[in-house]
Amino acid sequence: MKQIVTGLLFMVSFLITTNIHATDTTKVRSAPADDVTLVLQPGFIASVINEGVGKNRHIAVNANGDIYVKLERPLKGKGILVLKEKSGKAEVVNRFGDFGGTGIAIKNGYLYASSNSDVYRFKLNANNAVDPSQKPEKIITGLINRGQHESKSLTLDNDGNIYVNIGAPSNSCQVDDRQPGSLGRTPCPILDSAGGIWQFRADKLNQTYKDGTRYATGIRNVVGLDWNNTTNQLFAMQHGRDGLFQMFPKLYNAEQSAELPAEELLQVKQGGDYGWPYCYYDPGQSKKILAPEYGGDTKQQGRCEGVDTPVYAFPGHWGPNALLFYTGNQFPEKYKNGAFIAFHGSWNRAPLPQKGYNVVFLPFKDGKPSGKYEVFADGFMGAKEIKSPSDAKRRPCGLAQGPDGSLYVSDDEKGTIWKITYKQQ
Amino acid sequence: MTNKIIMISAMMAALVASSFTKQRLNQGDLKASIERGSKVYETYCLSCHMADGSGVPGMNPPLTKTKWVQGPKKELTELLLKGLTGEIEVNGEYYDNVMPSQAYLKDQELADVMTFIRNSFGNKASGVSVSEVKKWRAAVK
Repeated sequence: MKQIVTGLLFMVSFLITTNIHATDTTKVRSAPADDVTLVLQPGFIASVINEGVGKNRHIAVNANGDIYVKLERPLKGKGILVLKEKSGKAEVVNRFGDFGGTGIAIKNGYLYASSNSDVYRFKLNANNAVDPSQKPEKIITGLINRGQHESKSLTLDNDGNIYVNIGAPSNSCQVDDRQPGSLGRTPCPILDSAGGIWQFRADKLNQTYKDGTRYATGIRNVVGLDWNNTTNQLFAMQHGRDGLFQMFPKLYNAEQSAELPAEELLQVKQGGDYGWPYCYYDPGQSKKILAPEYGGDTKQQGRCEGVDTPVYAFPGHWGPNALLFYTGNQFPEKYKNGAFIAFHGSWNRAPLPQKGYNVVFLPFKDGKPSGKYEVFADGFMGAKEIKSPSDAKRRPCGLAQGPDGSLYVSDDEKGTIWKITYKQQ
Repeated sequence: MTNKIIMISAMMAALVASSFTKQRLNQGDLKASIERGSKVYETYCLSCHMADGSGVPGMNPPLTKTKWVQGPKKELTELLLKGLTGEIEVNGEYYDNVMPSQAYLKDQELADVMTFIRNSFGNKASGVSVSEVKKWRAAVK
């Protein structure tokens, strides 16, 4: 039996304001977040610890429990917020960083955060906090930002390297991007500076492309990536291509296009090529298939034969925005070293209903997926079915693990932050 | 003589008729154009802008209650013909994705789809005629 947890249960939820200037109209507004009820696996409880600070992208929780939130756009000039938890609520105690963006991570005494073109780091002081007057060190600069797949998500390994996704500013490297029938460019020139994951040093200032290494290529866009510390390997969730039907209606129908291609979980190997834009993964055929822009006919593999395949395939267009390997001790044993994935939710399934908008768990054994995924937290969209993404009440975007093994989920629609804990039943 | 008069009045009638369609679509034509435009919208626009015109947060802008749609027809026509890249602000929210050029659509299809979006999703604005699209397309080229 699934336990139903209400975001803001029985809280005083009405804020009444009276407009004294016009007529005697009385506006009644319910508290934020009480319109969403999360459904969790048995024994888990979700509580809303903050009801909306901004468009929260990724989050990180420090060893002392401080929550760092990366905002998509700066609020009052600041793009990073620090929240402290007290009696079940988290309040903003500090704000700094004059840039918006997505990526944020804490490693070896530094907070790392990215704009859509640069990566910065801030030293944590003796109180394990960022001094707000501190000037950040710019460690990576000048990464491509053309407004599409622009977020620069990041993760770090244990050898002083930082991995940054540089999404392709394109859907499928067509001559005319997203133009029906337009063919793909060969070789795709985008791959020189995007469409892959780059490796840089975590402690070197002002690195540009020439200072980094293209660690892996043929990856259209990644928002969620994480370093698996138990196996010392990089994993990433690719956002698969859009519009098979819209671009090539003679080859695909709307239903096929809503399911294809899979959202791929990649074990990213150094030097790996995962096939974009030439190939996409068809979970029904369990194969990388030649893209229609490159002469594909929905079945032919062509140059995609032998291209690195995903370690797991999730349903199409769900939009995986965060990946986190769980290393805590609070949750039951099966969660240890497995992967949580936050799905932002689809848009490219229209006219069919939109899907995703959840957090799933994928069990791992010896560094490989060891079973089917379960929907770990659902209900973010606040409705049984939605046709348009703007109808979703919340959209999961970031994940973080607290020092006590709690799981934090951020939302970039209203800015809600949930803390999910396990209570033995 | 009679022939001449008939010819002149026919020419005049044609002139009046053409200038009339240039200015505005009559009620029946407007309805028919909206009807045709909805089909064009379903085929080429819906996947990004959604059935209700609400778009996709942060990516594809909504077509509801915005000057981008209900404003000057010439600018809207040019936007459809040229496409659009880069961040734009619509009603206080920001959107950034590639809007491909729709120049491959016929003049009639463009007129119809613009007439449709200007009269759907809560919008109420004048229709766009084929001759207007023709004129503005020629200027864009």
